[in-house]
Amino acid sequence: MARRSAPEVNAGSMADIAFLLLIFFLVTTTIETDSGISRKLPPPQDTDQPPPILKEKNIFVVEVNKNNDLLVEEVPMELKDLREAAIKFLDNGGGTGEDRCGYCQGAKDPSSSDNPTKAVISLRNNRETTYSTYIAVQNELVAAYTTLRNREAERLYGKSFEQMEKDLKDVNYAGNKETLKEDIKKIQFLFPEKLSEAEPKK
Amino acid sequence: MSKFKKKKSGELPAISTASLPDIVFMLLFFFMVATVMRQNTLMIENKLPYADQIEKLDKKNLVMYIYAGKPSSRYRASAGNTARIQLNDKFAAVEDIKAFILAERASKREEEVPYLTTALKVDGDTNMGLVGDIKNELREVEALKINYTTRQGSASQNLK
Repeated sequence: MARRSAPEVNAGSMADIAFLLLIFFLVTTTIETDSGISRKLPPPQDTDQPPPILKEKNIFVVEVNKNNDLLVEEVPMELKDLREAAIKFLDNGGGTGEDRCGYCQGAKDPSSSDNPTKAVISLRNNRETTYSTYIAVQNELVAAYTTLRNREAERLYGKSFEQMEKDLKDVNYAGNKETLKEDIKKIQFLFPEKLSEAEPKK
Repeated sequence: MSKFKKKKSGELPAISTASLPDIVFMLLFFFMVATVMRQNTLMIENKLPYADQIEKLDKKNLVMYIYAGKPSSRYRASAGNTARIQLNDKFAAVEDIKAFILAERASKREEEVPYLTTALKVDGDTNMGLVGDIKNELREVEALKINYTTRQGSASQNLK
């Protein structure tokens, strides 16, 4: 019997198959960029250097115990109220004379912080606190600073602080980057992020 | 019953699709090259917590990753049930972090070293004790720029 040549396979649909694969991978791939809360650790300390003396009223103590309960200024608090409380503390501006705060809009309560530049938030956690609670608390405290900085930037420069930082990174930003940098520095000076973390207690 | 059908003359010639597979393959190769594969195989559970005050970490080559969390079920028999640290592809002790940071620094160009960031990818259920130990180690080698890697979402989701 004469051998018949095999019929040629139609390759016309190969493109379709390849397209199908391509589209599948296009949809499923996420070019992953990590994001998170950026922090700066304090440099290693000299033990013989005495800690700076702070007034009791300028410290806002946030404590998280091992059951993940929040204790703010020795009063139990829910996480959702923390941001508000931190803003109230930072923005209080109860100082007079040298410590007077011209841009604060808070209650000016003399028993709370004098000036945002003086106010320190002290975060203390237990060794058994879970990480997710810690991140939640950090997030709220950072949010408090961001809210205040946004407000101040809006008042002075007519745009939010977050927008200013975004502009600084933007390659196509039309304005002057040098002045923008200065402006950002100024806002950061008005509301410096003073978040201290105490060594956890056992 | 016309035997001699007139050939239609007004028809457009079909566009040749013979080069279509080539184009598609070109695209496919582009995406294959552009996609970054995961660097480390995770040996731990890594459910990151949620946060919304986040910054993006660009410049991937300037980031050092430290993972921590409970060993995943495959490794639980050998590595135990308590949270562990993972550096590169193996479990590590807290004391190994210094060596890891120094090795990472040595592998980078000198002018890049000040921009190195440490990304902490820590499972949400880990105790803060371990994270505190990691931070202490980082402070001692002066790797002060850190980033708590999180997922985007409201912070209240962490409490569930």
